[in-house]
This record gives sequence, C-alpha cells and structure tokens, in this order.
Amino acid sequence: METKFQFSAEAITLANKIINRYPEGKSKSALLPLLHIAQGENKGWLSVEAMDYVAVFLKLQPIEVYEVASFYTMYNLKPVGKYVLEVCRTGPCCLNGAEDVIDYLQNKLGIKVGETTPDGKFTIKTVECLASCGTAPMMQVGMHYHENLSKEKIDGLLEEFGK
Amino acid sequence: MSKKILLEHIATPNLTNIDVYMGTGGYKSVEKAVKTMTPDEVTEEVKKSGLRGRGGAGFPTGMKWSFLAKNTGKPSYLVCNADESEPGTFKDRYLMEHNPHSLIEGMITSSYALGANTSYIYMRGEFTWIFPILEKAIDEAYSKGFLGKNILGSDYSLDLYMHPGGGAYICGEETALLESLEGKRGNPRIKPPFPAVWGLYGCPTVVNNVETIADVPWIVNHGGDEFAKIGIGRSTGTKLISACGNINKPGVYEIELGLPVEEFIFSDEYCGGIAGGKKMKAVVAGGSSVPILPAELILKTAKGEPRLMTYESLSDGGFATGTMLGSGGFIVFDENACIVRNTWNFTQFYHHESCGQCSPCREGTGWMEKVLHRIENGHGNMRDIDLLVDVARKIEGNTICPLGDAAAWPVASAIRHFRHEFEYHILHPDKVKDRNHAPVPTLQEA
Ligand SMILES: Cc1cc2nc3c(=O)[nH]c(=O)nc-3n(C[C@H](O)[C@H](O)[C@H](O)COP(=O)(O)O)c2cc1C
Ligand code: SF4
Ligand code: FES
Repeated sequence: METKFQFSAEAITLANKIINRYPEGKSKSALLPLLHIAQGENKGWLSVEAMDYVAVFLKLQPIEVYEVASFYTMYNLKPVGKYVLEVCRTGPCCLNGAEDVIDYLQNKLGIKVGETTPDGKFTIKTVECLASCGTAPMMQVGMHYHENLSKEKIDGLLEEFGK
Repeated sequence: MSKKILLEHIATPNLTNIDVYMGTGGYKSVEKAVKTMTPDEVTEEVKKSGLRGRGGAGFPTGMKWSFLAKNTGKPSYLVCNADESEPGTFKDRYLMEHNPHSLIEGMITSSYALGANTSYIYMRGEFTWIFPILEKAIDEAYSKGFLGKNILGSDYSLDLYMHPGGGAYICGEETALLESLEGKRGNPRIKPPFPAVWGLYGCPTVVNNVETIADVPWIVNHGGDEFAKIGIGRSTGTKLISACGNINKPGVYEIELGLPVEEFIFSDEYCGGIAGGKKMKAVVAGGSSVPILPAELILKTAKGEPRLMTYESLSDGGFATGTMLGSGGFIVFDENACIVRNTWNFTQFYHHESCGQCSPCREGTGWMEKVLHRIENGHGNMRDIDLLVDVARKIEGNTICPLGDAAAWPVASAIRHFRHEFEYHILHPDKVKDRNHAPVPTLQEA
C-alpha cells in the first residue's frame, strides 16, 4: 500500500517561494518546477496521487497536470530504479561510442533500455542530446553528468552506486 | 589571438564570484545604462552593433527589440532562452557554468532597454547543477543592488527568476518556450501574432538566446560601432562555437566571425584536426538541423572560395552547396562515420521531439525514421531514397514551427551529398548488417 503523497515541509516552503516568482493569477507557471519537486519526493517518478496533489496545490484540474507531465521526458510516469542511468543516444555521442555504452550497460546489468533491475537499483533510459557532445559518450544520473565514459569509468560508477 | 568578448576572462579563478567578476570590469554596463542612457539609447547601440540572434536563426537583435509593442498598458517581459537542446550545441551551458554573471549582467541591461520589470531565464531542466550556479549569481547581484527595487538608486526596478524546463527540445522554439513557461505542454503557437506583441501571458515579450544576451554588456560598454568592427560584413562580433565529433580537441571556442573554416578545424588553437589522423568526410556546421556538407564543400564554396565562419559564407550556394551557421554546434565526421546511420539517428531525434500538432511533421518524421531504419539495416530498396526526398519536401514549409524544416533538411542534404552511401546500403545489405555496432534502441522500445 502506498501512503498518501504529500510534500515535506521544506518542499512546501520551496513550492510557495516558486509560485511567488510569477504574477498574480499565473501560478500555473509553477507547474513544471513543482512536478520536479514532486518527482524528487516520490522516489523519482510521478504517481497519479503525486500529480493530483500538485493539481490541488496549484488549484488546477488534474488533467492539466497529466497532460503536461506526459509531454516532458524528464517526468517518469512509472516507477524507476534508485539510479536512473540516462544515456545520451543522439548523433554526436554516437560518433564517440554511445552505442557501445548502451550495449555495455545492458549486458552488464542484464536489462534492456527502459527496464529496471529486479533489485530496483538501476533503470537504463536513453535520452536525447544533453548538451555534452564535446565530452561524449555521456550519461546523466540524478543531478550529475558523467562524461567521457569508458568501460572502466562505467564499472567504477556502478560500483560506487552499490552494485 | 582573436578578439574575445564572452570568454576574455574565462581563465580567471572564481569568476563565478561577483567580486571577482566585477574586478574584471563586470556590471559596468548596468551602471552605464541605468545612470546615463535611456532605454532607447541602449537599443540603438544594439542596433548599431549588428548583433544577430545566437540561438540559431540569426535575426538582428536590435530590430527584434524595436518591434516590442509599446504603451500597451501591459507589462513587457524579457525571457532568456537557455533551453540549449540542439544536438551538437553546448556553448550556452559552458558560458552559464563558467561565466554566469555575464548572463545576469546581460539580462539586467537588456531588460532595462526593453522596459521589463520581471524577467525569466528558461533553462532546460536537465542542467540541474547549473541552477544553483545561476541562482547564486542572481542572489549576489541582488545584494550588490544590481537587481531588485531602484537599481543603483535609479527609478528602474527588475526581478529576475530562473525557470526549469521538463525535457523537450521543442521548448527551445520561442513560442513553445512561452507556453511551457505558462505551465503548459510545449506546443508552438501559430505566428503572427509574434511574441513582441503577444508573448508571455499575452504581454509584449522578447525571447533571446543566452549568448545574445551575454553580448549586450560589451556593446553597451564599448558602443555598437566597436562591436560592428569585429567580424565581416553583416556577421559582426564573436561567436561561441561548440565543436564535437571526430576531432582532436572538442570544446567551446570563441571565434571572431570571419575565421576560415579550414583554420577552425585544423588549427591547434581550435579543433586541432581530425582525431586519429583520419580524413574528414563531412561537417554539420550549426547544430543537427542545418544541412550536412561534404569535406570539400565545407572548406570551399562551390565557387572555390575559402568558406568562412560567417552567416553569409556558410550559406553561400544556398542549400544546393551551402549550409547555415545556425546555433554554432559544429559536428565533424571522419572518413569512417556512416552518414546513413547518422541521418537515421537524427531523424529518430526529430520524430521523438515533434510536438505532434502538425501532421506533416508528426507523420513525416515517423515515416522517414522507418524508411531510414530499413535502409540502414539492409532492407531498403532504391525507391526508398526518392521516397525520403519526397517526404522531406512535403514536410518543409508546411508546418506551424520550423522543427518540420529542421527534420527535413538533414535528410534532404544527406541524400543530396551522400546518395552513394544510401545506395551502397541498399545494394550491399550483408555488409551493413555485419557492422560491429550495438543496436541503437528505437525510441518506441525505450
Ligand atoms: C525546434 C527549435 C528549437 C530551438 N531551440 C533553441 C534553443 O535551444 N536555444 C535557443 O536560443 N534558440 C532555440 N531556437 C530558436 C528560438 O526559437 C528563437 O529564435 C531564439 O531563442 C531567439 O533568440 P535569438 O534571436 O537571441 O537567437 C529553436 C528553434 C526551433 C524551431
Ligand atoms: S512542426 Fe512539428 S514540432 Fe513544430 S508545431 Fe508542428 S508538429 Fe509541432
Ligand atoms: S549528442 Fe549526446 S550530449 Fe549531445
């Protein structure tokens, strides 16, 4: 059973601060930032509950939140692993081995792109150009960009994440 | 050494600290503008500078500013486009990470010119670690009196805020960006009305790229005429170029517009030549959306003149033999790179990023992706090549926003200049299937 989603006290303070950035009556503008906060507080994905909570918070219809959450790739609408390995698959990265990185991760973790390891630790996701093409191949994990990836570097990272 | 405007002090330690930045002459333009110039005088200098938008389209910035509707009884907004998602482009990121105050200073001086009292920086959400860098820079600017009420004792006030995107290339298109900033899906608007009349919340709005805005302080400090002296003809000033692909020294370089392309690629000051001593096959000079050119045409125009890094020279010959300066995302392909595979890859990108509003773009990018997948994997036939050309032609010019064109051009140009590679794939299916690549998962699988 999931417990009812709600923002932590810090998240509420931050959310209210964000809403104040926009003019009177335009609090819908805070939707994207608030969805990021909600996702951060809900194990990295947006459940219907979490989206409904944001809708109430911003006095929006739930559909206004769903249609936005489903448009943007950063919002995960299904549960994800503790570490989401977001590998750039776009052209410039492929010139420097992105395809090998994807292949290596899939083999090493025994899952395909879009899947999560059974222990719930890792999800592999491919993403489009992250503006890191000069340091390709690369992946984003949480807040961080990991650039100039090699097999050794990937091994080290997975180890660090506690494989 | 060529002239530097944006990266002049980039090697100064702790440049992200406002005191250090001010020690290099930072924030002088704010003082000069709010204390000694009218907003229109600032716009006039920007016009004189010949500065053109650095986001990709190259539209004259001063002219764009002068279109901003006046006396509407509504507030005006300046919105900075920091969505940087065009494949091959990573210059704005570099500037914001390493010289954040140059953007903040530019936002203040530009907002003053536009009479905006609230401005936003819309940054792609993936740049998580750059938010604190810019937010710290904004806080520092407030504490020094460069932001907030009555800036430096003048009667001009400005609040500046960051806003994160949610992961969508289309939100770099300025009207999609505004929709997104209003908390909606990033569906581009039909223009006109242009943002200068109907922008954020239906108010007059200017959207400018990070680099464009960061150029403004120098122009205010030195005068538009000085800026116009740098560069060649209508390509004035400097440009940040992000270079990547099969080169020895990928990275972000500030060049004076007018630099020969050959020097940019082969000189040690810039790209340092092709990696591994290989030959160069092709270049995409301005982000994935611009036409790809084979080595001989990127180095020399069809007339045999050396190609220069300017808006005019790169587009010399039109699309038959030229390309565009675009966003400055410079992607170099060596002799082993597969043009078909890259075209398929780019088309997957555009298909994934199409917002889906217009059928030519939504369906056309999907068809092109399928046909390219077929060719790349050895199941194509000769008619497929003409089919691709036909689909690309039917997308181009028939859509609400330029993403449709941006998806069509890479395909059309790849076939124009590398038709033989497509034919090779079709005639030798066994050879292409054998190539030692891990499969790139299609986005449907992902
Ligand atoms: C699909 C698409 C994506 C775009 N992405 C960006 C972007 O990431 N950054 C940017 O500055 N401009 C981007 N643009 C261009 C903007 O629409 C707009 O022209 C630009 O922000 C204006 O600023 P400038 O005149 O200073 O260049 C994009 C345009 C299109 C059609
Ligand atoms: S051209 Fe493509 S991205 Fe642009 S509005 Fe139409 S469907 Fe959307
Ligand atoms: S192509 Fe991978 S970061 Fe740009």
